[in-house]
Amino acid sequence: MSAVAAFPDPNRLGRLDAETVADEQGPAPKRIVVGYGFWIFLLSDFIMFSAFFAAYAVLNGATADGPAGHELFDLRNVAIETVCLLLSSFTCGMASLAVSVRSPVWTQIALLATGLLGLVFVILEVAEFHTLVVAGNGPQRSAFLSAFFTLVGCHGVHVTAGGLWLGTMMAQFFFKGFNETLLRRFMCFSLFWHALDIIWVAIFTIVYLMGAFT
Amino acid sequence: MTPQAPQWRGQVAPGDERKEDSGISAGVRGYLIGLVLSILLTALSFSVIDSVFLWKPAIPVMLGVLAVAQMGIHLVFFLHINTGPDNTNNILALAFGVLIVAFVVAGSLWIMAHLNENMMPMDKLMDLHKQR
Repeated sequence: MSAVAAFPDPNRLGRLDAETVADEQGPAPKRIVVGYGFWIFLLSDFIMFSAFFAAYAVLNGATADGPAGHELFDLRNVAIETVCLLLSSFTCGMASLAVSVRSPVWTQIALLATGLLGLVFVILEVAEFHTLVVAGNGPQRSAFLSAFFTLVGCHGVHVTAGGLWLGTMMAQFFFKGFNETLLRRFMCFSLFWHALDIIWVAIFTIVYLMGAFT
Repeated sequence: MTPQAPQWRGQVAPGDERKEDSGISAGVRGYLIGLVLSILLTALSFSVIDSVFLWKPAIPVMLGVLAVAQMGIHLVFFLHINTGPDNTNNILALAFGVLIVAFVVAGSLWIMAHLNENMMPMDKLMDLHKQR
């Protein structure tokens, strides 16, 4: 590899050369393999959501003489939910910084803040669903509402599952400290939490804002 | 980030930052930039829908553009998926995911919007039934 040495490769374009990467370094560390695998899982989750988005977009007009989106959605509620999720993404970032400097106190504080913001989000969403169902606009009312509850509810289930995962991580950090397995698990959790935020951006744009726009 | 991120030339785990970008203050700055930008874009999205200054048909397009921009902000500042040389594998996986998402959404809309054109009109269908 004298050519590489003679011309330094600041952008590491030679990384695709199996000789210079794999042979010299051996297999990738477990953290990279686990993170990459979880990233693939998240992308497959995006693809699952894209099917729900497609169903929603197709059934958007199928209101069966029932109410349309702009008659149902309360944008103030949606704005509060959005702020909650954005702030929780930020506190989740703070948690990963706290984990990277191995600060147990700040990790717990940041994770608690993340969890509480997520909880507020889920409560607001459940309240919204409750209002709709009580008014007779449940998922059985029209194809549009079926698609709405499936898409938004699926995201809500993800946030709830993320909240349970978060609680578990807090307990495990508290009792087991920062061991390698937990650090990898936490990396996956933070990826999951940030990815949910991306899905929510698509939801509030396509479902709520474009629905409220007439 | 600091000690936990292994330095393995060629790739970085998604979510991890490269050694050059590490340090707690740089980390906080990155997340703060991400938060401010995403709140700005969200506020813009919410204010655009009842704007009287914009040509109405342009508003959904603008909402789409703002959403895509915000997703990009989230990817770069929160998930640390960027164009760095050791992020290539993560970016390629993302590109493939985006391709499939585009196929599923655009394909469904395209097919469903033209479904009626290929159906036999209702009155002809009735005639066929009557001929039996």
